[in-house]
Amino acid sequence: MVLVSSRPLPAASEADAEHDGKFDPTETIMHHIADAHSFHIAGDLSLPLPVILWTEKGLVSFSSSEFHHDNQGKHLSQPHKGMRFLKYHNEIYRAGEEGALEMNQEGHPSNQAPLDFSITKNVFTLFLAASLLLLIFIPVAQGYKNRQVPKGLASFMEPLVLFVRDEIAQPNIGPKYVRYMPYLLTLFFFIWIINLIGLVPFFPFSANLSGNISFTLTLAVLALLVVNFSGNKHYWKHILLPKPWWLAPILLPIEILSNVVIKFFALMIRLFANITAGHIVVLSLVSLVFIFRSLAMSAVSVPFTLFIMVLELLVAALQAFIFTLLTALFIGQAVDEAH
Amino acid sequence: MTLLEINPLVKPDIGIIFWTTVTFVILLVILRAFAWKPILSSVKNREKSIEDALASAEKAREEMERLQSDNERILQEARQERDKILKEARETRDKMVNEAKDEASQQADKMIANAQEQIENQKLAAITDLKNQVAEMSIDIAEKVLKEELSDKKKQSQLVADELKEFKLN
Repeated sequence: MVLVSSRPLPAASEADAEHDGKFDPTETIMHHIADAHSFHIAGDLSLPLPVILWTEKGLVSFSSSEFHHDNQGKHLSQPHKGMRFLKYHNEIYRAGEEGALEMNQEGHPSNQAPLDFSITKNVFTLFLAASLLLLIFIPVAQGYKNRQVPKGLASFMEPLVLFVRDEIAQPNIGPKYVRYMPYLLTLFFFIWIINLIGLVPFFPFSANLSGNISFTLTLAVLALLVVNFSGNKHYWKHILLPKPWWLAPILLPIEILSNVVIKFFALMIRLFANITAGHIVVLSLVSLVFIFRSLAMSAVSVPFTLFIMVLELLVAALQAFIFTLLTALFIGQAVDEAH
Repeated sequence: MTLLEINPLVKPDIGIIFWTTVTFVILLVILRAFAWKPILSSVKNREKSIEDALASAEKAREEMERLQSDNERILQEARQERDKILKEARETRDKMVNEAKDEASQQADKMIANAQEQIENQKLAAITDLKNQVAEMSIDIAEKVLKEELSDKKKQSQLVADELKEFKLN
């Protein structure tokens, strides 16, 4: 499987790519699309974000600045409830007795890892996207109180809302679409704005949230719950009592797998892969300049990057559309009456 | 541990899952109450009012057409009515004139007949009168003649003799 790489993680002893003077594009790209506990702004400047950990002694929270940008498990945090923590490859471990990371044979830390609920770069972006949506749509909705005809921002947003209603919800769900409109609208605009935020290459944007598997996993699981909880008698009969009955031993697992796992697994992977791929392509093109150590390379790299960026603008909307459309389609299948 | 290690790229992270769920659900609840419902309901209201306006415009158009045809009909009727009245008036006039004419001529005939009758009567009366007068005058003359004739005895005797001659006894 492509998703699982056999490449061992670089051990802690290996020097950081940026330190030995040699440019490692893989390391750089992975660093850029990965989550982080602080938000890098420019140069040495970065915004420390709160670290929130659920340990055996309860909730612990402190600023990520306590790690001093260390990602190799070398810098201990201040003691909290008698525990000190280390950050190693974006994971937080509880420091051992000697205040260091203990590696097992495979080169992985054997230290205890508390549950990490930190406000990371991606979580920060999550809040940013949610705030932007609230800032956009609540005033838009307020505007309708005084007049019936949209004006200003509302005249831009209304066609999008109507697009979701007329092109996504109504044709796929049918007459029961009204119930699902808030969910579908939130989903569409949430994914779209997060995709767009990911395309802006500077603070406070740039986080690759919709290219994060945990994020797409959550949205897919929510979709799964919405779809299966909307399932009517007909939908469940179709899954649990396949026809002809003697094919049930084959069809039953297929139907269950398809309706509970595959549809949503595909949703998760599609969004994740498309957005991550876009980021990787852009970063690779930019990396060309550093790989060739030549400014002339920018003559190739910049136009290509621009092209991909514009394409990504389309992909950002398209993936939000596809995710919402498929969710609507699955809901439609679940609420469809027998014909 | 296996040799295969999950790439950090596809390793689910509890923090992101937790925060995404929380954020999405809160966002859904807030937007649903303060954005989607007001927007969708006002859009729906607007669409309904546009539909209503179009329907009422159509109705008004039909109404106007109906009124127009009504007007046309009423006008037509009025025209017919007018023609009828005029025709009747003309007929009445003609009838009256004819009646008057007939009556006048009848009257005239009657008057003429009366006049003729009267003339006849008067003529008869005049003739009678004349006859009477002539008779009286004849008697008078005869009287005067007789008086003259019988004034002397001789003549009277002569006359009686003449007369007696006439009356031969047969």
